[in-house]
Amino acid sequence: MAGVPKLDVLICGGASCISNHSHDIKDKIHEELKKKGIEDDVRVIETGCMGPCELGPVMLVYPDKVFYQRLKPEDIGNIVENHFIKGRPVAEKVLVSETTRAIIEKEQEDADFFKKQTKIVLSNCGRIDPENIEEYITENGYAAIGQILTSSNPDDVVETIKKSGLRGRGGGGFPTGRKWEFVKNAENDQKYVVCNADEGDPGAFMDRSVLEGDPHCIIEGMSIAAYAVGANKGYVYIRAEYPLAITRLEHALEQAREYGFLGENIFETGFSFDIEIRIGAGAFVCGEETALISSIEGGRGNPRPRPPFPAISGLWGKPTLLNNVETYANIRHIILNGWEWFSSIGTETSKGTKVFALSGKIKNTGLIEVPMGTTLRELIFDIGGGVPDGKKFKAVQLGGPSGGCVPEEYLDTPIDYETLIELGAMMGSGGVIVMDEDTCMVNTARFFLDFTKSESCGKCVPCRVGLVKLYDMLDKIVKGNGELEDLEKLESLCHSVKKTSLCGLGQTAPNPVLSTLKYFKDEYVEHIQDHKCRAKVCADLVTYTIIPEACRSCGICAKNCPVDCITGSKGVPYVINQDVCISCGTCYDVCPFDSIIKE
Amino acid sequence: MNLDELRKLREKGQREMMQRSDKAQYRIVVGMGTSGIAAGAREVLRTFIEEVNSRNIKDVVVMQTGEKGYSSKEPVVEVFTHEEKEPVVYGNINPEKAQRIVTEHIVGGVIVEDYQVIFGD
Amino acid sequence: MHIHIPDNPQYRELKEYIEKEKGKKGPLIKVLHKAQDIFGYLPKEVQYFVARELNVNLSDVYGVVTFYNFFSTTPKGKNEINVCLGTACYVRGADKVLSMLEEELSIVNGETTEDNLFTLNTARCFGACGLAPAVMINEEVYGHVDRKKIKTMLAEYKSKEE
Repeated sequence: MAGVPKLDVLICGGASCISNHSHDIKDKIHEELKKKGIEDDVRVIETGCMGPCELGPVMLVYPDKVFYQRLKPEDIGNIVENHFIKGRPVAEKVLVSETTRAIIEKEQEDADFFKKQTKIVLSNCGRIDPENIEEYITENGYAAIGQILTSSNPDDVVETIKKSGLRGRGGGGFPTGRKWEFVKNAENDQKYVVCNADEGDPGAFMDRSVLEGDPHCIIEGMSIAAYAVGANKGYVYIRAEYPLAITRLEHALEQAREYGFLGENIFETGFSFDIEIRIGAGAFVCGEETALISSIEGGRGNPRPRPPFPAISGLWGKPTLLNNVETYANIRHIILNGWEWFSSIGTETSKGTKVFALSGKIKNTGLIEVPMGTTLRELIFDIGGGVPDGKKFKAVQLGGPSGGCVPEEYLDTPIDYETLIELGAMMGSGGVIVMDEDTCMVNTARFFLDFTKSESCGKCVPCRVGLVKLYDMLDKIVKGNGELEDLEKLESLCHSVKKTSLCGLGQTAPNPVLSTLKYFKDEYVEHIQDHKCRAKVCADLVTYTIIPEACRSCGICAKNCPVDCITGSKGVPYVINQDVCISCGTCYDVCPFDSIIKE
Repeated sequence: MNLDELRKLREKGQREMMQRSDKAQYRIVVGMGTSGIAAGAREVLRTFIEEVNSRNIKDVVVMQTGEKGYSSKEPVVEVFTHEEKEPVVYGNINPEKAQRIVTEHIVGGVIVEDYQVIFGD
Repeated sequence: MHIHIPDNPQYRELKEYIEKEKGKKGPLIKVLHKAQDIFGYLPKEVQYFVARELNVNLSDVYGVVTFYNFFSTTPKGKNEINVCLGTACYVRGADKVLSMLEEELSIVNGETTEDNLFTLNTARCFGACGLAPAVMINEEVYGHVDRKKIKTMLAEYKSKEE
């Protein structure tokens, strides 16, 4: 069948889709193509994350732009036969199709997931083969570094970044151009640029997706930064938990060297630069810049007091520029399209777009990118599809363990660095976790403190001791032993820890407690005064009872009870011995007749 | 690597990745349903691809689709432009006609009215 | 202190790696990653060997090993189960998943089963938030985990042994 047009079949190789066995789909496609003898007509490409993780494994077929969802190996034969050979997309597996009249868009709602987004950072993710440098080059890759090396001086580059209004995407939001200027002005014969890819916030997987889906854009962004500040060596510090991102980046580095984008005399201009990967070893505090530097140096990830800032004395005491993955990913677009273009997107104080990872109690979990200034409501309800199973929205958690929870009444707030801080949350790295009526806010605060207390490096007292004390108080409340005075103590200790901790970890760790106290104080009070957890989460405040009339005496609850506190026999309703019951909820989960109530 | 070499690599890639381009000015869609194929759509499709490749036309995507429902006019070819939603529909196309469509419509920008199917005929 | 280091292929492989990395800046964490790859964990002898070969203090090596969650000083079971305790998984009931696993395996978090088949651990988000609650066994991620799925998952690994 020579001459039949080439189809490009893009299969998502993001973490979620791989976990959902997208590799089986890929193998099956190869198998079917071989069977039909059309291997040469169809190009199968594994890309980075395409975004809609909930619908995985997903696949995009070009040129028709037909987007398939929830694929199973058994669907493939049909798709190859009808779509790849006969040109008729298999409607029941299609999410959206842009081909005119081929298929009517099935669900407008689902299509909103794509329509409301603006992709800059993720423009290549899910569209190109991350392991093929030539696809990156085709998408204008390495044109920005080529352009500045041959026609701009470092001052111009720094000026462009400053004027663009780009701010650090790792959380703090410090103006990127100013950071570059500090390092550029620091006098030293050796400087470094470092990429922080230690994405440690639970619920955040933006940086990983960029590294997996478009690794060259990070290499190019770092190269531009290195030229601007006068560095010749770069490090990417990446989590050990991200093996695929590490492999893809290593591969990209090799290719970049082979094509002459890294190494000596780049673009025949005499500029030299190379990048080394350093793998973390699982310590949340290493996301903090001075701790990260200690870790690259091979030691314990202990933070250091600032000043001196890394811009003056960083890695091995040399001036060091530290930016996060998403920040570097923006750079080449700013150079190619101009600062005016970039600064026209977003709000007064926050320019460009932000990538968010949507998860928790939300219909469309996944990876998305929207202009700054988009409201939380658009993010959660229009793009995210809202809360599933008819449950009621309660709060959205932003900024991970350093951030806070925002309740319903503030959902119309446009997202930017300042508005989120005012709400007691923060941009953070971009994890957006939706909570519904079944989430207990006190328990959530304890969850975050459990995390930060065990991740505290222990170097300074406020963080090492303070966080444990905060956790203990929350634990007491969750177990129904709290007193009203505890709330005041809790708040005042939060402020002390914030003010006196050495690094960002301790300074922000109390935020989840403060924000829940601010917006959900009634839940704290209920736990203390009424011994009630309205979300029915806190085990000590929940009792399970078998309704005798509804019980069919099947005995499944008794068989599964881990503490053997349920008794009964055939024909007689079963009973839970409340003195022994540990409120684990197992009986409630296993009862086939819904005869157990939880209150 | 210099700027010129980079440009050449990019141009080479643009041809290879045309299928995925959002910028394609023209999208030539050949109906490949049973009746289309019976009427010779496969040769028509091949002609379009060869013409587009041999003339090195960059901003065109050639693709196939299923039965369109105008079987009396097969093989049917639709040409979509970037700006317009409604395609120009050509009917009873053969390889020679396909070449003329490429020359006059795709390269020249003028619709080949002789082959055009007007709805409501 | 004198600790006897046996001359075996594992130590030879590590030594070779150290020779390669020794000249570079800040090699300790890299070397420990390699050592854990080779030995599966980092017993005292290995830490001692690394300190000696890199010419750093044993206390520094110990300090680094105990600082990072990734390094383990105790051997692990044949299959490592990691329950994600990231926020998204937590919101979707990861704590329950953990206690179900503890119950099924009759061990608590951090322990290894008597038959040495499973080690149960928790992790902080492996980015499979779309599949929450998620559990990872070795390299394989299992999504939307509930009691039924746990039973089939564990049975799958147990049957591999038979």
